[in-house]
Amino acid sequence: MSRSIVPEAISRQPWQMLIPLCGLVGLGAAVLYSAAGGSLQPYALSHVVRFCVFLVMAIVISRMSRNLFRMAAYPVYGGILVLLVLVELIGAVGGGSQRWLNLGFMSLQPSELMKPAIVLVLARFYETLPHAMTASWRGLVPAGVLIGVPALFVLIQPDLGTATAVCFGGVVTMFLAGLPLWWFVSAGSALLIFAPIAFFTLLHDYQRNRVLVFLDPEGDPLGTGYHITQSKIAIGSGGIFGKGFGNGTQSHLQYLPEPHTDFVFATMSEEWGLMGGLFVLFVFTVVIGWGMGVARRAPDRFSGLLAAGMTATMFFYVMINLMMVMGLAPVVGIPLPFMSHGGTSMLTNMICLGTIMAVNRWNQGRGSFS
Amino acid sequence: MKFSFRRLIRPPHVTTGTLRNSFDRRTIVVGAIQGGIGCLLASRMTYLSVFENEKYKLKAESNRVNLSLIPPRRGWILDRHGQPLASNRADFRVDVIPERMTDPDRTIAELGKLLSLSPIAMQDLQDKLDRSHGFAPVEVASRLDWERFASVSVRLPDLPGVVTQRGYSRFYPTGPSVGHLIGYVGAASAEEYEKDHDPVLLTPGYKLGKDALEKFYEKDLRGTPGARRVEVTASGRIVRDLDTREDVPGKTVKLTIDAAIQDYAARRIGPESAAVVVMDCQTGDILAMASMPSFDPNSFSDGIGRLEWKMLSDDDHVPLRNKVLRGLYPPGSTVKPLVALSFLEAGLDPNESVYCGGGLRVGNRVFHCWQRRGHGQVNMAKGIYQSCDVYFYHFAQRIGMDPIAAMAKRLGLGQDFPLPVAGQSYGTVPSPAWKLKKYDKPWQTFDTVNATIGQGYFLVNPLQQAIQASRIASGRIIMPKLIHGHEHEPQASLGVPEEHLAYIRQAMSDVANGPGSAPHSRLPFPDIKLAGKTGTAQVVGLNVGNGKGGLWKHRDHGHFICFAPADNPRYACSVVVEHGGGSGAAYPIARDVLTYMFDKEKGMEALTELEKKWGGTAKERLDARFRAYSAQYGVGAPKVSPEEERRKLQGAEQPDEPRQPINEAQSPAPEPADDTDRPAPPPSPAPTPTPTTGGTPQ
Repeated sequence: MSRSIVPEAISRQPWQMLIPLCGLVGLGAAVLYSAAGGSLQPYALSHVVRFCVFLVMAIVISRMSRNLFRMAAYPVYGGILVLLVLVELIGAVGGGSQRWLNLGFMSLQPSELMKPAIVLVLARFYETLPHAMTASWRGLVPAGVLIGVPALFVLIQPDLGTATAVCFGGVVTMFLAGLPLWWFVSAGSALLIFAPIAFFTLLHDYQRNRVLVFLDPEGDPLGTGYHITQSKIAIGSGGIFGKGFGNGTQSHLQYLPEPHTDFVFATMSEEWGLMGGLFVLFVFTVVIGWGMGVARRAPDRFSGLLAAGMTATMFFYVMINLMMVMGLAPVVGIPLPFMSHGGTSMLTNMICLGTIMAVNRWNQGRGSFS
Repeated sequence: MKFSFRRLIRPPHVTTGTLRNSFDRRTIVVGAIQGGIGCLLASRMTYLSVFENEKYKLKAESNRVNLSLIPPRRGWILDRHGQPLASNRADFRVDVIPERMTDPDRTIAELGKLLSLSPIAMQDLQDKLDRSHGFAPVEVASRLDWERFASVSVRLPDLPGVVTQRGYSRFYPTGPSVGHLIGYVGAASAEEYEKDHDPVLLTPGYKLGKDALEKFYEKDLRGTPGARRVEVTASGRIVRDLDTREDVPGKTVKLTIDAAIQDYAARRIGPESAAVVVMDCQTGDILAMASMPSFDPNSFSDGIGRLEWKMLSDDDHVPLRNKVLRGLYPPGSTVKPLVALSFLEAGLDPNESVYCGGGLRVGNRVFHCWQRRGHGQVNMAKGIYQSCDVYFYHFAQRIGMDPIAAMAKRLGLGQDFPLPVAGQSYGTVPSPAWKLKKYDKPWQTFDTVNATIGQGYFLVNPLQQAIQASRIASGRIIMPKLIHGHEHEPQASLGVPEEHLAYIRQAMSDVANGPGSAPHSRLPFPDIKLAGKTGTAQVVGLNVGNGKGGLWKHRDHGHFICFAPADNPRYACSVVVEHGGGSGAAYPIARDVLTYMFDKEKGMEALTELEKKWGGTAKERLDARFRAYSAQYGVGAPKVSPEEERRKLQGAEQPDEPRQPINEAQSPAPEPADDTDRPAPPPSPAPTPTPTTGGTPQ
């Protein structure tokens, strides 16, 4: 419509998604400003700056060609896997659990990068897999190995949340790749049987405790259940319109744990109320819905799986975080995309977003060329 | 199958291929699931913030707002002139709540350093913590100076469970003088909280009455706590004050006690173990009620430390017993005026006399007069003022015990009185019926003989002695009063004819002012005369000790009851000096107390002179003793278990039984003690040795 006035490079961007997203980041910055006690430092400013930097990065990613993605898939996956192993080695040498890799200028968490990488590599794998083999073991085992190896490394860090996220992205990609439905059904049933056994044997004490507390948060109101209880108090006490900007007591008086990272949604709800919460949900619906739309419009198998997998990865963040702060899931250290303060999660989500934007561009390219 | 796969390999043309198809279908499924979870989250959010809003609002408030009770200021206890006997003074204090301490050892060590507590104080604190019950605050220190208080206050965030407070603490201006009268305060014990679930008991800094009036009037003195609402962070740091409700101080209790007389009496007792009661013999108002040695209630309010315990329990003068109410003593010759009254009532002519040759044979035993040389012809007046035993031995056998016992009861012996005190020992007025009931043995003549000189089964407490004196002085049924402001309705008459009383009063006046047994008890005023009666009560048989020297606990009790002025009685007084060696220890105290009441300067002069000799006032001596103990024992004093503490605090009373079995003749102890030309008591002529323990059946 406005193609004649606005340059094509700008008008081509998916503004229907980017504008609400900017609104969400703005709200996130406001919440962080309040959580810092009415100060841009140390959270709000860096949050916005990071978003801008990573948005540029996402746009750069979106300019990349489909072939570049295809070619890069295995090397990127392999590189990140090496980093994961490296982390594990350094951790083993240094003692204790190690998740960060110190690159000198920044600390990198390779497990985060693995979330988009697993989607990328699976999309590439299923594209190259002869379609006839999709329903055979050759469609399952290599993919299972591709997911399982990094997931295992993340798990022994130990980081159950990220490992689950990696698996979730991978499994959704496999599901969309058209693997027989009964595999998922039987895997799901197996999981139902296996989960209780794993709960008592494989989980670390603190992880088991988190699950137990989730099932009965009031049973331990001052211990681990404290987080869930305080988060629910923050959300519930906000009411419809909230206590007003800067008036949240739960966050300001430090009742809420991690008010600027994992529990940023509770911090926001206390001050902005149900309206703020619905706004956040609305923006995520727009972003996720847009991502799924892009995937559905994708011209080929690779781009479709890529966009859908990336969307699923983002969705997983949102779902787990919101369920956690509302007391519907156990406490796992997963931040809320675009609102929580933290570089790595922002980076991951912007990579996902950039990739979807790239697929979107390929969609438009196809549309305009055909 | 093969065909369809081949079609799929050519994407541009295969728009309806199975994979594409399944991708389409499955993206819809995934999208639907995502949408479903979105709806779930939205409804959960709505549920929390709309339907459970009230509940969580309340919880957020109770998180944010910390309500702390301000302990109410305790009501004052005043004397009859409005001078405080117990007041409050501003105080900086530090408490700990054991339950909230994360690392008790470190916190306590840190506090000890900050407050520069002595090793003894640290030990006592540790004892209190060992005994504490988690929720109840434990006092670490009070009466702190600002520097030490502030040094703890600024470190509060690092010291979880520590509470600092500016409040009020109980203060007893005259210290040990009022220990037994007023009692003391202390933090509530678990048992006390069980009985009274008032949350104020758990407020740091709140002390409740533990003994005597403090305990009896606890409900009145308590008041209503104030409250302070503050906004706190999760770690308990106070962000700001929200609002404060002032406390309502407890009610004031006004006593009939005269603070100056009370203090004087207590100090005048000096190093003796004694009790002094002073009463207004017109109204029954108790002006002084001192029992010494005592404890300093000021130092009891932070709990009783090991060293204090050791000091108190090492003292054979039983400083924890309120001797006025709980001390029971054979009254000795102080019963003679009442015995004489009963004789008069029974129709005995006071001029009828008997010859005293130093003893009287009753049955097959000789009962001696304290004056072994004899008194010659003795009539009733001489029997009283010379305290002749033979006179009473003789006529008591004629009159019998029952009229004597009835008179003793009319005068208040063997009774307890409606007073706001924790307990009174009412002692014994022996009578034939009583003995039969108690011991299942018939009354013997020698029982009567023993009773007439206040020995044998007779047991009284100093308050009863004072009441007896007031009733003789006024001729009315004087009831003791401790609370000021009661209507003074005229008391009923005793029913004793005035001429009988006048005769007895004259005889008692002669004790001090005439040819009596205690000329040195005369008041140093030409126009104010004192009327009194001495008493020396034997504790052990003469075969064990002569009652004057030797082991302290073998010495005789000294008694003196009196009233003044003799012609128009205003005040009555009784003094008991436990193991004082005879009445000579008792009447100087009574004389000086009454002197002080009529002329403060003159009384004070006498006391100052004496205190120089004793080494300071009661408080100064107590403090010196504590210093000596802490130098000697340090932290080596043994720990006191709560049971032992309870037993000692509550059981500090004598049994109602006499200490020696009375089935033999008791030789009266010689008196008075200051009779310089008195010959030394002869060796015991008692026919049978009087055993000091255990009874020998007849």
